[in-house]
Amino acid sequence: MGEFTFLYRGGSDLSTRSPEERQKTMEKWMAWFKDMGAKGLVKDPGHPLEAGGKLVRGKPIAVSDGPFAEAKDLIGGYTLIEASDLAHAAEIAKGCPILEGGGAVEVRPVMKMNM
Amino acid sequence: MQLDERLFRHEAGRMVTALTRLLGVHNLALAEDVVQEAFCRAADVWKFRGVPDNPAAWLMATAKNCALDALRRERTARTFAPELGRHLQSEWTLAPVVEEFFAAEAIKDDLLRMMFACCHPRLPEAGRVALILHILCGFSVGEVAAALMSGRDAIEKRLGRAKQLLAGSKRLFDVGNAADFAARLPAVRRALYLLFSEGYHGASPERAVRAELCREAMRLTAVLIDHPEGRTPETYALAALMSLNAARLSTRIDASGDLVPLIDQDRSLWNGDLIEEGLRLLTLAAQSSELSSYHLEAAIAAAHARAGAPQDTDWAKIVWLYDMLMAIRPGPVVALNRAIAIAEKDGPELGLAAIRAIDRPDRLARYPFFPAALGELELRRGDRSAAARHFRAALALARSPAERRHYQRRINACGGPAARGARAGETRTAPIG
Repeated sequence: MGEFTFLYRGGSDLSTRSPEERQKTMEKWMAWFKDMGAKGLVKDPGHPLEAGGKLVRGKPIAVSDGPFAEAKDLIGGYTLIEASDLAHAAEIAKGCPILEGGGAVEVRPVMKMNM
Repeated sequence: MQLDERLFRHEAGRMVTALTRLLGVHNLALAEDVVQEAFCRAADVWKFRGVPDNPAAWLMATAKNCALDALRRERTARTFAPELGRHLQSEWTLAPVVEEFFAAEAIKDDLLRMMFACCHPRLPEAGRVALILHILCGFSVGEVAAALMSGRDAIEKRLGRAKQLLAGSKRLFDVGNAADFAARLPAVRRALYLLFSEGYHGASPERAVRAELCREAMRLTAVLIDHPEGRTPETYALAALMSLNAARLSTRIDASGDLVPLIDQDRSLWNGDLIEEGLRLLTLAAQSSELSSYHLEAAIAAAHARAGAPQDTDWAKIVWLYDMLMAIRPGPVVALNRAIAIAEKDGPELGLAAIRAIDRPDRLARYPFFPAALGELELRRGDRSAAARHFRAALALARSPAERRHYQRRINACGGPAARGARAGETRTAPIG
C-alpha cells in the first residue's frame, strides 16, 4: 500500500448554474467520497482551498496576490488516498466528479523514506 | 446526515430575500451573486468535510459572511439599504447590524415578502410567475425556460425586465401593512394558481418538471396559509384545489410521458393523503359565504376524487359547478369543460351542442383540447370521419411529442376496427382530467 495525493484542478463553476444543479454536483462528490471511505481508501479527505492567496517568491523576495494560474489549472482542493500502487490510485481518480465538469485530478505519490 | 434533495433550491428564495433586505432592493443582482457564492462555498466545504448538522442554518450563516465581505468590498462603490448607511463606515457597528437582518424573527416572513414583491401590479402575470420560479424556487434561467416551454432568450428578457422593475422600487414589500397585504393577496394567489396550472396542464414533456412546478406552487401556498392575513377562505380553496388535483398527478401522465384520460386512470393509485388533505382544506374554505372560482374548481376536483369508479361520478353536480364557474369566471376553456361534463351527463349530442354554443370559439383556436373534445364526442356518436378530422386538427396543434402520440392514436382509433369499440366512456381526452 502507498499514499497518494489527489490535487483537484479546475472544473467548471459557471455562475449560471442553479442551486439545484450545484447541489446535485455536490452530492456526486459526497457519494464518491463515501464510496472511497467504505473501501478504506481515504487517509484524509483533505480540504477545499480558497481561490485567492499570496505568492511569495524570488530573490529579492517579492509577495504578490493570487490567483497564480488560469482557472482551469487552479488547485481547488486536495485529498490523501491510500492505494496499492500508482495505477490503482489513478483508477480511483477516474470516478471523481470533477472530470464531468472538465476538471482534472493530479495524482501524486507521497514520497516515503524507506530505511 | 441525510440531505434534503431540494435544500439548496428551497433555501435560495429565503436567502436572496434576506440579502435583498440587507443590501437594498436596487442591489437585487448583487444579492443573487452573494447567494450563488454562498452555495459555492457550502458545496465545496461539504463535499470534503460532510454535511453539517443544521445545513439550512449553515447556508444562511455563509450567506451572511459573504454579504459582510460584499459590504466591505463595495461600500464606497454602491449605496445600500438606508438603515445600513451610517453603520457601514465602522467595522464595530457593521457586523451587529448585519446580524439583526438575519435574526430568526427578521427572516421569518422572507419568503412571503418576496412572493408579494414578485406580484408587483406593473408586472404582467407571465412575468410574475417567471420571477417567482427564478427567485423563490431557485430555477436558473434555463430551468425557467424549460418549465414554461419558452425560449431561453424570451425568458431572459422577461426576467430582466421584471427584475429591473423590482429593483426600481424603494424597498421590498412590507407584509406588516394589512391594507397593502390584502390588496395584493389576490394577485399572489393568481400567480400561484398559474404556477400550479403550468405544472398540471402545461406542455412540458418532462413529468418530473411538471410535478416540481405543482410541488413548488403547493409549498408557496402553504407559506401563505401559515400567515394569519394570508389564510382566507379563498386561499384555503386554492390550496384545496391544488391538493385534490395533485392527488391525480402521477396517474395523469404515464411513465413514457403520455397523457392518460381521467376515465382510464388507475384510481387506486390516486394519492389518498392528498385527497384527504384537499377535502379538509375545502371544509376550511367553506367557513364563510365567500365563493370564488378556486372554491368551484376545488369542488369539481373533489367530485372526481370522491368517485371510486368513473361511472360513480356525479356529473350532474359537476355540470352545476361549471354553470356557477361560468357565472363567476366565464371563459372559453371553462365553457369547453362544461360542455364535456354535459356530454357525460346527457350524451354526446348535447355535449356537441354545448360546444357549438361557446361564445367566440376563435379564442380556442390554438388549444389542442378543443378539436380533441369535438373528436371524442363525434366518435362517440358514431361519425368516424368527422372525429378523425378533428383529431387531425388537434394533432396539428399538439404542443409536445406526448400530445402528438396521443392524437395520432386517436386518429388511428377512428379508422380501423378499434373505432367500433368506442362505446361511451372507453377512451376520452378531457381537459378536466
